[in-house]
Amino acid sequence: MSTALIENISGKGAKKYAQKRAAQGRPIKLGTQSHNPANRRPAWPTYVFLSIVVMVSVFPLYYTALLGSSTRLEIAQSPIPRLVPGVQLLHNLGDIVSHHQIEFWMSFGNSLLVAVLVSASTVFFSTLAGFSFAKLNFRGRTALYVFIIATMAIPMQLGTIPMFIMMNTFGWIDSLTALVVPNLVVAFGVFWMTQYLSEALPYELIEAARVDGASMFRTFWSIAMPAARPAAATLALFTFVGSWNNFFWPSVVLRSQMTLPLVIPQLRGAFTADHALVMSGVLLIALPLLVVFVVVGKQLVSGVMAGAVKG
Amino acid sequence: MSRWDVKVSPYLYISPFFISFAIFGIFPIAFNVVVAMHSWHRRLGQGEYVGLDNFRWVLEQPAFWTSLQNTFSIFLLSIGPQLVFALAIAAFLDQNLRTKTFWRMSVLVPFVVMPVATALIFAQIFGQFGLVTPVIQELGLFTDVSSPFYQDRLLSHVAIATMVNFRWTGYNALIFLAAMQAVPRELYEAATIDGGGRLRQFFSITIPNIRATMIFVVLTMTIGGLQIFDEARMYDGTGTGGSNNEWLTTVLYLFNLGFGDWADRLGQAAAVAWLFALVIIAFTLINFALTRSIASSRSTRSKVPPATTRRLIAEARARAEASSRAARDAGVPTLVGTTSRSGHPDALSSAQEDTER
Repeated sequence: MSTALIENISGKGAKKYAQKRAAQGRPIKLGTQSHNPANRRPAWPTYVFLSIVVMVSVFPLYYTALLGSSTRLEIAQSPIPRLVPGVQLLHNLGDIVSHHQIEFWMSFGNSLLVAVLVSASTVFFSTLAGFSFAKLNFRGRTALYVFIIATMAIPMQLGTIPMFIMMNTFGWIDSLTALVVPNLVVAFGVFWMTQYLSEALPYELIEAARVDGASMFRTFWSIAMPAARPAAATLALFTFVGSWNNFFWPSVVLRSQMTLPLVIPQLRGAFTADHALVMSGVLLIALPLLVVFVVVGKQLVSGVMAGAVKG
Repeated sequence: MSRWDVKVSPYLYISPFFISFAIFGIFPIAFNVVVAMHSWHRRLGQGEYVGLDNFRWVLEQPAFWTSLQNTFSIFLLSIGPQLVFALAIAAFLDQNLRTKTFWRMSVLVPFVVMPVATALIFAQIFGQFGLVTPVIQELGLFTDVSSPFYQDRLLSHVAIATMVNFRWTGYNALIFLAAMQAVPRELYEAATIDGGGRLRQFFSITIPNIRATMIFVVLTMTIGGLQIFDEARMYDGTGTGGSNNEWLTTVLYLFNLGFGDWADRLGQAAAVAWLFALVIIAFTLINFALTRSIASSRSTRSKVPPATTRRLIAEARARAEASSRAARDAGVPTLVGTTSRSGHPDALSSAQEDTER
């Protein structure tokens, strides 16, 4: 029995050694300390496997950089024009930014404005509602909360056509308002903040503030908001990414106004036969969020993982 | 003042969501019934009442049925590989890794690349002069066409499913990882002591314990995956789903009807939205029932409470101790593996039966 255990803990080599020792009549005696496999460092095959996964994850971006740093002729000659991105990339990026048909900076500004407004308001209203659901008592609380959760299951494409007609009636077609106002607060945000606040905010703090004569809103602002900060940051991040990457709704309501995802189909129209320029444009548009990711990636990871346990 | 504050504030604070949801959530869904029963156009607005004609019209369009087939084909091509790879990646990440934050962040990179950008990159990779086509034609496959990933219907689905898999596999792996980390480590310790190998541990301990999360992931994949639009629209330059509707998905069909360059049929598009919502709901329910029954029919589902686990570990340790002592005392080499390997599942399953009763 013990050699099988040794194999599990320390591998085949150790097992062979243990068998040899046992055959010589002096088997290895295992202590009663923990054999928890979670404490063991994984061996090299794990790192090889994960390295392959990482290479697959970044390969499309790397390939884009390769094509983006080529010229039209080089791409026509070979699907892999080079192995390392080069200075041609900077020339191509310059061409994209200065191209008259592609208003890169305007689109960038629009995307940023919409994403910031939507995430700020989603965080504020979700925290406000979450505070109410998690810590205040009122009639119908449970029923209303269950209702909010139920709304998350509705396929939103069901409302696309009426929403377009509404935007048309409001005069919001081709306006950023149509991207911001319908997304000021979403069910998921309320759910997320309620879950967090019901655990993270002790009743004693709220009562202390109330005893000191603070109004409800003051209690929310100076007690609940600071307590909600970690979950609020994660929610802001996910809302930002969602808004930044959104393609369907902007392509329904925008015409001359642009956000970054809408620029990508334009690249094809502007540089029909020039794959090098198209791909450098794609890289340019994908890049801002990747730069942000380097800074906040750790938080995004823990956000995904926290959502899994709660969801 | 203060009483008023306490009574009204709770409702005041939740009201922004309900106001917003009433205007941009409930009203459009109700209004969709009206739109679907009228002739309605982008420029002319509301036309005459047509009853169920829009629904009839949609059901008679071959493109509608093609789009449903394509949507499900792409969905089926993405769900299997995604689950297998996400589980494998999660299992490898669920170890005492060096620089674990680095590995976790790396698998999330595809998630933050803009989906339309990903679509264009893969369209290039699968295109006539991309990376894949020359390779498979070199192998003698699909040499009769110039760009098989655009001319063959199934291959175009494979290409689009690849984009979806690229984007979501790492994300789902992190969700599985979170669930795996919640599995009590004592279970693995007990299995290790009793000689259960890594693969055995994965299938007998990990999978049954993350069952709820697997159902959750499959459901979100279903609802999200069926609404696929970005990838199909960006696959070629015209964005209408292929010259013979090879990769026309249902949401893209809805978009083409309502907002495309060659159609202005908001009423019919609203009918498509209704029909497709029903399909999604029905499919989600079937999927839910199926996943749940498959997952719960596994007899290996763990119901062992921590106290039992601790007792098992203590017993196993005592057995290990006793047997190594016995072997040493007798001076006889132990028979490797056989006793322990057969011993372990029995011990666990009998304990399970105890707790289940």
